[in-house]
Amino acid sequence: MTSDLQRERLAYKRSRSRRSTAVALCSTLVFALVAWFTVTSAPGWPRVRDSFFDPGSALSSLPDVLSGLWLNVRVLVVCEVAILLLGVGIAALRTLRGPVWFPLRAVATGYVDLFRGLPLIICLYLVGFGLPGLRLTGIPNDPVLLGGIALVLVYAAYVAEVLRAGIDSVHPSQLAAARSIGLTHAKTMRIVVLPQAVRRVLPPLLNDFVALQKDCGLISVLGAVDAVRAAQIDVARFYDFTPYVVAGLLFVVLAVPCARLADAAGRRLATREGAR
Amino acid sequence: MSEPVLRVSGLVKRYGPDTVLDGIDLEVAEHEVVVLIGASGSGKSTLLRCVNLQEEIDDGQILLEGEDVSDPRVDADLVRRRMGVVFQAFNLFPHLCVLDNVALAPRVVHGRPREEAERTALALLDRVGLADRASAYPDRLSGGQQQRVAIVRALAYDPRLLLLDEITSALDPELVGEVLTLVRELAGQGRTILMATHEMGFARRIADRVCFLDAGRLLESGPPEQLFTEPAHARTQQFLARIVAAGRL
Repeated sequence: MTSDLQRERLAYKRSRSRRSTAVALCSTLVFALVAWFTVTSAPGWPRVRDSFFDPGSALSSLPDVLSGLWLNVRVLVVCEVAILLLGVGIAALRTLRGPVWFPLRAVATGYVDLFRGLPLIICLYLVGFGLPGLRLTGIPNDPVLLGGIALVLVYAAYVAEVLRAGIDSVHPSQLAAARSIGLTHAKTMRIVVLPQAVRRVLPPLLNDFVALQKDCGLISVLGAVDAVRAAQIDVARFYDFTPYVVAGLLFVVLAVPCARLADAAGRRLATREGAR
Repeated sequence: MSEPVLRVSGLVKRYGPDTVLDGIDLEVAEHEVVVLIGASGSGKSTLLRCVNLQEEIDDGQILLEGEDVSDPRVDADLVRRRMGVVFQAFNLFPHLCVLDNVALAPRVVHGRPREEAERTALALLDRVGLADRASAYPDRLSGGQQQRVAIVRALAYDPRLLLLDEITSALDPELVGEVLTLVRELAGQGRTILMATHEMGFARRIADRVCFLDAGRLLESGPPEQLFTEPAHARTQQFLARIVAAGRL
């Protein structure tokens, strides 16, 4: 069925792709060797190796850091849910039309301006130390809870903006079509606009999720014993910096699946929207 | 007889399990206007995309001026410089003004100096009556004007072969005429054109040869009078009968 010509072409393409793979392998190897040599030949390398890459303290700090990381993961999951809910709410408020809704729109805009501009670490201090400082009844003083609140406040502002961009990107003809079959504004939003918007902004949303993953480590500044704090304690105990490296690597390992998921979501979207 | 500008032989294209083009043989001689007709999904656009090397083919050969351009060793970018394409949906660059749309390829691909490229672009725009819109952006133009700009963009580097892919299908009926008039002028100037169209009346008037595609096969081809009045194949008769019934011929 296949002609000799086509067989020859396919063979050529295969040989080209084999060649590309070989070239990629070689250049990676060379690159890695050069990088390794540059680092290990640095004058301070022996001391850095002993104080940052000590296998003994890595092993003994691993259980502490892992149990701290488990706290990070729990904070991450709970915060992400709260962030999405709050983010959708704010985005919806910002897209309300009509003069009646001006105060709500203004509050939502002010919220986004405030919490996108406020450095996360300052927000953590204000919420973590300021709120309990009021000594009102019912205000918690658990650093994990307070840190989580600060994360939600800041990240919800980002997520709301991403979602709003998605909502705005849905073509007005979709609104016209939805209203033409008699859907109310709220139902148009829920059934027609939001599904398209969320699908379109899934890659940037996952990007924010990855960022949140590591920023969860910042709740340690309030005293919560998470992975970063556990590492810090072990750094003081063992008198070297290896636990920080351990914690850093664990955060990276945590982020990789999510980053791949974001890539895959982006690709799926691209094929779906017809960029074949 | 001299070498045809385009010679396609045994062209096969599959998308997964679907065979979209099933052994197409086709020649386009210099100064010839060849028109592809056939139902939607018969493979007209895919054929044009394959010729422009936008799709990897699964078998067969494409010769452009005698050179096998379907060979994977050939630099597809260099081959495409010798062809101009006009798309159904215009595909103008929305962030560039009309003049920049037209002058882009001569400047960036063919390395012409900016003034020369812009002078040529303006002259071409003038010939299609759009010189006064040179600094406008595409979304300020009507569909017919946009498509004329797209044709000028494809002509700006004087390609050997012009591929037109249903260039009037996205236009309002009253705007079709201005675009077809331009194509007819190009044919009169001796351009080599391979076009897919649903405009049977136009195909009949302008084509040197009409090819009928059905389910990925080139069922028959011939001069328009012959193909439209006494089609040999039953499928062609059916297709033309439907067109006539729809009042399109």
